[in-house]
Amino acid sequence: MNQASLPHIFLTLLRRDLLLTARSRNEWLNPVLFFIIVVSLFPLAIGPETNTLKTIAPGIIWVSALLATLLSLDGLFRSDFIDGTLEQLLLSPHSMSVLVLAKTLAHWLATGLPLILLSPLLAIFMHIPLDTIPLLMLTLLLGTPVLSLIGAIGAALTVGLRRGGVLISLLVLPLYIPVLIFAANAVATHAMGLSVESHLSLLGALLFLSLALAPWATASALRISLE
Amino acid sequence: MEPQPTTQFSAIDLDCYRGDEVLFSRLSFDLVPGDVLQIAGENGSGKTSLLRILCGLSLPDEGEVCWNGQSIRKNRTDFFSDLVYLSHQNGIKDELTALENLEIDSLIGSTNRAMTPEQALQKLDLESRTNIFCRSLSAGQKRRVGLARLLIRKAKLWLIDEPVNALDPKGRCAVENIIRNHSQMGGITIYTTHFPLELEGCPHRTVSLSE
Repeated sequence: MNQASLPHIFLTLLRRDLLLTARSRNEWLNPVLFFIIVVSLFPLAIGPETNTLKTIAPGIIWVSALLATLLSLDGLFRSDFIDGTLEQLLLSPHSMSVLVLAKTLAHWLATGLPLILLSPLLAIFMHIPLDTIPLLMLTLLLGTPVLSLIGAIGAALTVGLRRGGVLISLLVLPLYIPVLIFAANAVATHAMGLSVESHLSLLGALLFLSLALAPWATASALRISLE
Repeated sequence: MEPQPTTQFSAIDLDCYRGDEVLFSRLSFDLVPGDVLQIAGENGSGKTSLLRILCGLSLPDEGEVCWNGQSIRKNRTDFFSDLVYLSHQNGIKDELTALENLEIDSLIGSTNRAMTPEQALQKLDLESRTNIFCRSLSAGQKRRVGLARLLIRKAKLWLIDEPVNALDPKGRCAVENIIRNHSQMGGITIYTTHFPLELEGCPHRTVSLSE
């Protein structure tokens, strides 16, 4: 058998991680349940007053999505670290950035994508106007991959520590804030009838920036963590 | 197969500290194709640390590791495609079957295959366990799955941490055969253990870390 090509290896690792996620249901179900629970508690606590809910809804959905992602980050490299497969990945002759990107994509497909798919339902809970829902989903589509990509750096830096969870939050939250501001603002701005093009462009720029830099940073962080 | 005389693995003046304690210093050796090196030493004497330095996962505090005359830090890709490292964790996923583990591992890990995962598992007496989740394998069986990696990848350099850990006498014998074969094909093996394996016929040396 000849040397396997890089895309083939990317897909193999992606499939492996998705298979592992599917076989250990708790891991991906936890953040999703967390997201649903937090968002649906707000109408109960604040009361079913349409206008209040409508104003704060985009922010709540986005904050919950952010926290749900944060909750799932610790597991990104942890199990690979414990059973030694992470070492094997690091000793691969193939580009570590590509392997990391495959793992990050798998993480996003398991945590980010379900949040996007659930968001219309929760938006209706929160009385977000129907014509704003596609925009909300679009901001999540642009924003949650950034959360996974940046989060991977934090997860890589803390994978060698026994209790990395709190540290990840401290490392990663400041970098999450621009995403949160632009994304939640976009939805609010749209509700006021203004153009949201600039918000979306900035989110897109953040996505491409983190897509270009985060896998490389994560790969270096992993090398340091495992030393 | 005629061994290539150019292939050579060398450690040059390696130092390693743990805090203030010196684990080893000025450690040097050269290995030519076919060599087998045992790293001996008490628990905590730095056997695993040395192995991690040799495979490039950790950096030595001082010194250099060279493969084919080049520092492994400078030609990582070439070195990694010639290397299989087996740590005391087996590097296998509990939620995957033995076959799935090895299929994925052989793709990610290295370049050419010497045999298929099925053949490797058969050689290690695991053919009846290929489609069982590794979670339900015994420690010795998991070790065998890890060892199967050595057979699948066509690598010149093997670094094995405690190869016969958890193995029964039959498994131990199989490991000795595998290493002997590897040596005869011109491969280099470095392994850590307290008790040397029986490898008559191989150029076998020992580095002792406890002084």
